[in-house]
Amino acid sequence: MTESEETGSESTGLENKGAESMLTDVRDMVRKLSDNSWEIPIGHTPGMEVPGRLFVSEKLLAGIDPETLSQIANVATLPGIQKYSMAMPDAHLGYGFAIGGVAAFDSEEGIISPGGVGFDINCGVRLIKTNLQKEDVVPRIKELTEGLFKNVPSGVGSKSRFRASDKELDDVFLHGARWAVESGYGVDSDTEHCEGNGCLEGADPAYVSGKARKRGKPQLGTLGSGNHFLEVQYVDEIYDREVASAFGLEEGQVTVMIHCGSRGAGHQICTDHLQTLSQAVKKYGIQIPDKQLACAPAQSNEAQSYFKAMLCAANYAWANRQVITHWTRETFEQVFGRDSDELGMDLLYDVAHNVAKLEEHLVDGRKKEVYVHRKGATRAFPPGHSEVPTAFRDVGQPVLIPGSMGTASYILCGTKEAMDISFGSACHGAGRVMSRAHAKKEFNGENIKEKLEARGITVRATHPSVIAEEAPGVYKSSSEVVNVVHELGIARKVARVLPLGVAKG
Amino acid sequence: MPPQPEQYEYLEHTADAKFRAYGKTLEEVFENAALAMFNVMIDTKKVLVDTSLEISLESSELDTLLVDWLSELLFLFEVEEIIFGEFRVGDIREEGGKYSLKALASGAKWDLEIHLFETEIKAVTYNQLELEKTPEGWVAQVVVDL
Repeated sequence: MTESEETGSESTGLENKGAESMLTDVRDMVRKLSDNSWEIPIGHTPGMEVPGRLFVSEKLLAGIDPETLSQIANVATLPGIQKYSMAMPDAHLGYGFAIGGVAAFDSEEGIISPGGVGFDINCGVRLIKTNLQKEDVVPRIKELTEGLFKNVPSGVGSKSRFRASDKELDDVFLHGARWAVESGYGVDSDTEHCEGNGCLEGADPAYVSGKARKRGKPQLGTLGSGNHFLEVQYVDEIYDREVASAFGLEEGQVTVMIHCGSRGAGHQICTDHLQTLSQAVKKYGIQIPDKQLACAPAQSNEAQSYFKAMLCAANYAWANRQVITHWTRETFEQVFGRDSDELGMDLLYDVAHNVAKLEEHLVDGRKKEVYVHRKGATRAFPPGHSEVPTAFRDVGQPVLIPGSMGTASYILCGTKEAMDISFGSACHGAGRVMSRAHAKKEFNGENIKEKLEARGITVRATHPSVIAEEAPGVYKSSSEVVNVVHELGIARKVARVLPLGVAKG
Repeated sequence: MPPQPEQYEYLEHTADAKFRAYGKTLEEVFENAALAMFNVMIDTKKVLVDTSLEISLESSELDTLLVDWLSELLFLFEVEEIIFGEFRVGDIREEGGKYSLKALASGAKWDLEIHLFETEIKAVTYNQLELEKTPEGWVAQVVVDL
């Protein structure tokens, strides 16, 4: 894909010779529905059952490459897809689904595909509140970031501070965050403040291979590498006072964001089941335009085996973020010499952004069970929904949108519009626009680190190249992405948080 | 260190890593694809080879055998903690509708003090997977998830 490097120009100001012709190309392939909504008509790719729908502004559309559009259209060819194949404003080139892709499939007539979840099953984000103010933390930020970097293993080859036994691993797969809390890594209210209470029902470790178990044991309680991070932040702006107050957020307040997933266990579970499902495609005679979209009829043994194993990985990821939460609290306790209760370190919420779930949605006026696949998209359930924790039932689910390193992250709330428009989903981040290889040529890790430090942001990483790869300039502007979501109404802006210290792999 | 074009080359990809590997024979293209994959994470020329593992695999198709081969190496990399830098792929054969290979992967145990990993590969995808015979030999295209 040589065109993809050119998409970087939008926010990076790089040389971009092909931008104009590409814009024309992409515009020719879509039909404007409204300011932030574009249709990819049936026929874009042979075999589309429904149209594609891309939620971007005019400006963001210019950064979408034709191959990403094809990936959205490819998903529309899969059996049993409902309404349309969607992509959020942070959409970019993925494998199988585009990143930012959302699609729902009929639970009887449809399919389940690992290509709609990805390898990092339940990669997600959680936000921990504190009662500290920015001024309390700024003088200690170096010590705090260093402490978090030391206490939460990160990077390639990092191992957890403990090794799970076979029994513990089974419990993790079955019970997710609840296992962690019951094992002393957290408090009861933590699980109440996770999507699905940090544990999806129906997981069955019998469908998890020995290989996945082997990878999972030493990595529970590790952050990983790449775009995963642990960040100390402060609330810099409140957009919606009423909802912010329900979430317990106020200006100047310090928060901690954790972004990571199911590590090697999840990667292996996806790898193993892709193997089986690529065979199932032939068995069931399903035509797929990309091998990564391997799938099987939702109720087939192959699809259900994958689903039950995928739920194990999702639960592993919730346990992982919960263990990291515990070590984060301990680090704050060490640095500030006060109990984490006293520091008000309650979990605001935890969301998955790579997952498939059986949910009930209204389709053409009828309630229907569908397998919603979110590949780089966040659930955004509305006020009144039974899956939203009681504390937020009146205002909607907290939707957490991490920014890239050194840029703003956003807290939004779920809406009824999301249920009508996007199967209760919103965006998941800023969305990459520049390749990692290109980023490493363009940026110097040490340099970026110094620039961020000059802006008061401490960065601690295992390797300078990780900083270069994840430099703020390689992503779309997170504010632009979040504004599209807000204007569409599929989630509403509540607060913006800015980084103070970042630890990454 | 720029890759030697006769072995492999990297192509642009917004979020992940994409490469093309070349070989006069099928076995050689499998070896070079493995080399391309590990060089996404680390310069394998700096790896002092002192340990080897035997690998045998079977798959229903030739291109999925390639994905399985690379996935197996990633698995061994992680659980055996070996960074591989040399690959010898033996006879790739088809028998009874199955493709199989035997190989020897050599490398060194990790030492996180010495081996600075540039990035982590999560998995090998089937996306844009190609394995083709050309007049010069074989060419493979693979996208790995970062």
